[in-house]
Amino acid sequence: NMQLSQTTLDRNDEMCQTLVSLIWCYVAFLTSLQIKIKFHVINSKSSVLRNDDLKEMLESSKESLKLEAMKRIVGLIAKGKNASELFPAVVKNVASKNIELKKLVYVYLVRYAEEQQDLALLSISTFQRALKDPNQFIRASALRVLSSIRVPIIVPIMMLAIKEAAADLSPYVRKTSAHAIQKLYSLDPEQKEQLIEVIEKLLKDKSTLVAGSVVMAFEEVCPDRIDLIHKNYRKLCNLLVDVEEWGQVVIISMLTRYARTQFISPWKEPDSLGLTKTFYESDSEEKKDQTENKPYIMDPDHRLLLRNTKPLLQSRNTAVVMSVAQLYWHLAPKHEVSIVTKSLVRLLRSHREVQYIVLQNIATMSIQRKGMFEPFMKSFYVRSTDATHIKTLKLEILTNLANEANISTILREFQTYVKSQDKAFAAATIQAIGRCATNISEVTDTCLNGLVLLLSNRDETVVAESVVVIKKLLQTQPTQHSEIIKHMAKLFDNITVPMARASILWLMGEYCERVPKIAPDVLRKMAKTFTAEEDIVKLQTVNLAAKLYLINSKQTKLLTQYILNLGKYDQNYDIRDRTRFIRQLIVPNEKSGALNKYARRILLAPKPAPVLESSFKDRDRYQLGTLSHSLNIKASGYQELCDWPAVAPDQSVRNVEVIDPVRSHIAALDERNLCKQEFFSVLNMYMNVCSESGSESEDSSEDSEETSSDSGKSSSGSEESSSESESEQKKKKKKMKKMALQKKSKPTAADRYSEIPPPFLVVSCPHIGPLRDASPRSDNQRVYFISTQLLQKIKSRLIKSTLPSRVSCLVQVTTPSFGPVKTYELLHHMTGKGLSAKYHFPRQPCLYQPSMVAVQVILTNSSDHSLEEIHIGDRNPASLNIHCFNTIERLEPEASVTVSMGVDFSDSTQAANFQLCTNTDQFSVSIQPAVGELLMPSTMAEQDFIKEQGKLQGMNETSQTVTMATANTSSQAISKQVLSVANVGVVSSSQSNFHRFAGRTVSSGALVLVTLEMKESSSAQLTINTEKSVMASMLLRDLKQALAQV
Amino acid sequence: MIHSLFLINQSGDIFLEKHWKSVIGRSVCDYFFEAKEKAVDPENVAPVLQTPHHYLISILRGKLFFLSVIQTEVPPLFVIEFLHRVADTFQDYFGDCSEGVIKDNLVTVYELLEEMLDNGFPLATESNVLKEMIRPPTILRSVVNTLTGGSNVGDTLPTGQLSNIPWRRAGVKYTNNEAYFDVIEEIDAILDKSGTTVCAEIQGVIEACVRLTGMPDLTLSFMNPRLLDDVSFHPCVRFKRWESERVLSFIPPDGNFTLMTYHVSSQNLVAIPVYVKQNISFFETGPCGRLDITIGPKQTMGKTVEGLMVTIHMPKAVLSANLTATQGNYSYDLATKVLVWDIGKLNPQKLPNLRGSLSMQAGVPRPEENPSLNIELKIQQLAISGLKVSRLDMYGEKYKPFKGVKYVTKAGKFQVRT
Repeated sequence: NMQLSQTTLDRNDEMCQTLVSLIWCYVAFLTSLQIKIKFHVINSKSSVLRNDDLKEMLESSKESLKLEAMKRIVGLIAKGKNASELFPAVVKNVASKNIELKKLVYVYLVRYAEEQQDLALLSISTFQRALKDPNQFIRASALRVLSSIRVPIIVPIMMLAIKEAAADLSPYVRKTSAHAIQKLYSLDPEQKEQLIEVIEKLLKDKSTLVAGSVVMAFEEVCPDRIDLIHKNYRKLCNLLVDVEEWGQVVIISMLTRYARTQFISPWKEPDSLGLTKTFYESDSEEKKDQTENKPYIMDPDHRLLLRNTKPLLQSRNTAVVMSVAQLYWHLAPKHEVSIVTKSLVRLLRSHREVQYIVLQNIATMSIQRKGMFEPFMKSFYVRSTDATHIKTLKLEILTNLANEANISTILREFQTYVKSQDKAFAAATIQAIGRCATNISEVTDTCLNGLVLLLSNRDETVVAESVVVIKKLLQTQPTQHSEIIKHMAKLFDNITVPMARASILWLMGEYCERVPKIAPDVLRKMAKTFTAEEDIVKLQTVNLAAKLYLINSKQTKLLTQYILNLGKYDQNYDIRDRTRFIRQLIVPNEKSGALNKYARRILLAPKPAPVLESSFKDRDRYQLGTLSHSLNIKASGYQELCDWPAVAPDQSVRNVEVIDPVRSHIAALDERNLCKQEFFSVLNMYMNVCSESGSESEDSSEDSEETSSDSGKSSSGSEESSSESESEQKKKKKKMKKMALQKKSKPTAADRYSEIPPPFLVVSCPHIGPLRDASPRSDNQRVYFISTQLLQKIKSRLIKSTLPSRVSCLVQVTTPSFGPVKTYELLHHMTGKGLSAKYHFPRQPCLYQPSMVAVQVILTNSSDHSLEEIHIGDRNPASLNIHCFNTIERLEPEASVTVSMGVDFSDSTQAANFQLCTNTDQFSVSIQPAVGELLMPSTMAEQDFIKEQGKLQGMNETSQTVTMATANTSSQAISKQVLSVANVGVVSSSQSNFHRFAGRTVSSGALVLVTLEMKESSSAQLTINTEKSVMASMLLRDLKQALAQV
Repeated sequence: MIHSLFLINQSGDIFLEKHWKSVIGRSVCDYFFEAKEKAVDPENVAPVLQTPHHYLISILRGKLFFLSVIQTEVPPLFVIEFLHRVADTFQDYFGDCSEGVIKDNLVTVYELLEEMLDNGFPLATESNVLKEMIRPPTILRSVVNTLTGGSNVGDTLPTGQLSNIPWRRAGVKYTNNEAYFDVIEEIDAILDKSGTTVCAEIQGVIEACVRLTGMPDLTLSFMNPRLLDDVSFHPCVRFKRWESERVLSFIPPDGNFTLMTYHVSSQNLVAIPVYVKQNISFFETGPCGRLDITIGPKQTMGKTVEGLMVTIHMPKAVLSANLTATQGNYSYDLATKVLVWDIGKLNPQKLPNLRGSLSMQAGVPRPEENPSLNIELKIQQLAISGLKVSRLDMYGEKYKPFKGVKYVTKAGKFQVRT
């Protein structure tokens, strides 16, 4: 427990070494001086001669001279100078022993081989030899160079080398071969088929080193061969965290594409779901099932991908973070996407270029999902030192985020920006204000007034932009704005920017009826300056003239004709064209015909207001994070992200055939025989190793120890581990998990991140009965092996037999059923004349009717004669809905039988009274349910939980402070206690001081939400939100009691 | 992926080119030069450009452009991140990433580029791995090499490349085992005219310098890890431990590295260490303006503010500044229009003040906006967020290392609007 000392760092250590090096330095300086002088002499000669000297040096017998020559040659290459004529002299050194010299020769070869193909062939044999070198490093670099020589003649040699390297023992060489595949493919696309075979083989590779490179090769050579991925999908997901960062980016983007072809959309149709929920809420469960809208259940593989990529949001590599963000954007259910927000905002602290790309992506995201970034609005505030493109992007995002609540803050911020010295940015801000004004009607007037004030700004671009924006705004709101138009007319003389002048003229024309006096005057001024105006202004002048002519021909007839005459002889054909058209339209003559009548309707037609929208509006057609998205142009090689399939393709394609190393051991054993017991032991072991399942795993291991204490074998894993130290246990668990998953690779650094087992393992069958009948096994080892074998059977069986949707259902419901089982007395054998009955709640959904609570009754005959016709008689209250068990014809002495029944308690703890009858007697018994048993667990995400909790406030909330026996209790212990009392599901929580549990009442399906907020020391705040307030208070009491024991 | 790389200096000369696939002519850079011309300020060049046959992705580091040529779709951040990694590696190897240094070490640079990419796909970017393959130049080594004809290039595959901990090589040995951690926090803030905080947040980074023998497994824990809102880690950190226990558990790389970066939520109130009283005005009549700035301590937690510096980007119209500073020196660069006032230590008894007049170009209208002040400062021995390292434990090795933690608070993007 050493406290860290506060020290100022002094990292200039190793004084001695410095001294020594100083002395050396001096000696070296003298020597190198001599060398330099020598070279200087050489350098001073002409360049042709210099090449001769280099040749001479290369041919000398001294390694150091050769090396020096090569260094200078590489220097020439680096500077982009031509050194090709030295090829023959250089290539001779390819077999040099000196590794640095050799590498420099490689650099040279790769650069010039294409130009000197014949000579390059001379070096090939050297590489072929090196490919067989015992040193993996040399093998790899030989392959790298060989594959980089772009000489078509050696394609067969390359092909052979790649195939061999793909089977190399060294993962590094295999990685190199994956790179070589791409090189060969670009050199000779004809080889595609053969290369795909190699890719297929390398995709099976379990090394993290190879994974990224081979997926890259896949993307480049055969991105459409999705079928190659199926079998490797789960492996890639599980390896992902350990792959090097560049590989992660490539794999994630490939998996994004893959997932979009294989899974169905997690995005619910908003209307259909919302409606069904409210509409059917009061109805029974059965009806819900009958509706056409099947509830969406995510494919476990889909979930696996989302779960395994999430930790990578914490990567230091910005490209990895971005790729996870885009994966969530394109694949995750809508409510889960927001977990990427924080990480994206973090990237904004990075380099300028990173900011640029990230802001572009946020801009696209923020159009569709304002809520995601609104809390981080301030992170997008502009600093005067930002680059212009960064500023504009931030502005874009702020505009997208604007809503009624924050608009005043944003406008205040914009006011600062408008004054910016960066005029391009100021202009963009005015555009942004315009967009806010149209989108949020409350502030339209404020914005308009602000913009009018800007009209007197000294800067021309600002004024021009304001005019353009005002024009657009007035068009959307053509009410009482004649004042503004008048004001603009006054400013007209001072405005020189053509676009702004044109906009004012258009406004005059459009609303000339509102400013009847001013408009003709403006036209008069324009007539004077017409010839000197820009084309765009001329066109608007002609328009204005035409409109005024129609409305106020008395005042403007002459002016219009004058302008039309000027336009007729203009240099620009557009203007001549327009003039001719307008003249025919407005001035009636014999030729003009029918159109003339409609002139007013044509020119003064009400025009639809322009929509001011983001330039990022349509960017989402490109996958986020791509080059295409950044440029808003389809880049070459861009792979379209396809739409979700309507029906999910076959999921079983991703199942992996597991090669079992110990199959022979158990081949002889009868499959049926071991099936049942082994199932439990496997599950027990699995529960042990499954670190995630927390309390359940502990419970189940306890259970198994208890129940199989006589044998002590079926749960060998748990027993052994419990006696060992904790760390040992962890290791063991890890190991077992590895074995269970049939991973042959050695334990990797996987513990850096949580390793998540493939989803099918999470499936625990509901039809597992009590563990009692697990029979003893003599051989731990064997049990273990059998278990692995069995696991596969279970896997395959589950996958074959159960529908995909059911699998997930089970996951949702059954997990808590491993909690401790409390048994209650129903009938004592003394009062029951030998018949005793006990019951417990198995916490499974009742098979008979969903609104019933399942109860298991164990009937034992402890008398000395057999009992006959055991059945249920009268019940009280009569309305009580009980599903009785079938009459038991005969129960022998000392025998016992377990029967299940269902009771509908209607969400009350009122006891169910009934009569247990035999052929001779009747006994009144009652089942008193604990409130926690009237629930069934429900799985939900944290966000949903909080959302639902928000709906159940006030009267529906019960809260109390509870005290626990010990402080800082682990979350497992808490979950365990809560689950022992109530049949609820654990909601994963991102805050460690919050524990959340969710359930529904069995009968009415009302939500019950339990929140435990840990406070200082041992106290905690327990809150229950549910509309069943009576249940809440009872549950609160029970939980409080249970938690006091933690 | 990455087809070619060109290194371009400030004046637009290409001084290094490297091709990983077939050779692409230099003329492709012309599109970039065009964009650079248009942007005026090198900062404003868009990082991603399109040309008829290629895409150009560039970064600006120091005064150098790293320009990469791309032919097909690739995540732009992938390339940008990689280019920065290249620049980082140069910095790591040569202590600097400038044109001169790169030209001096051209061969090593070329060898590095050769190792870092294969066929345009990153191969070895981990500094520890690279250093085993290509040894960084030191004076001593270059002497030995010249005398013996030895080389800078390793001839075996670095162990790190193959192991599951690529960031650390095997067989590290030190006589003095030590582990130092620097907790550096930067305050990003915008203050408005009246001194109220518009926005403020804290970005922190833990830089480590670990020189430990063997394969140590370290655990670093904090007194108050809840403060941290968002984190990113060096790949060595075990994420799962952080998730469950909020401790940093890792096998460290050898030498200097960034262990983690973090963000302290903007929801928390951020302490602003200094206040600024300023008055900058440009007169409508007469070609002059006035400037008066005073800086004083605000929330410094009893520590001294050091390295105080104010930078102002003046409007183009300001010709010169005639000011007097009660403490420190000021300089005004006529070409870039940047006023720098280097104050040094902040003395709470005698607040530093800078005042005087600004002369303006005649006939040019008064600037619309006053320039904002960028403030730099440093507070030793303090992490402004209150983050504290509670302990460092080492497992896996027997010796007792020397451990140290240092806290520094700096101003990040700290801007005062005027």
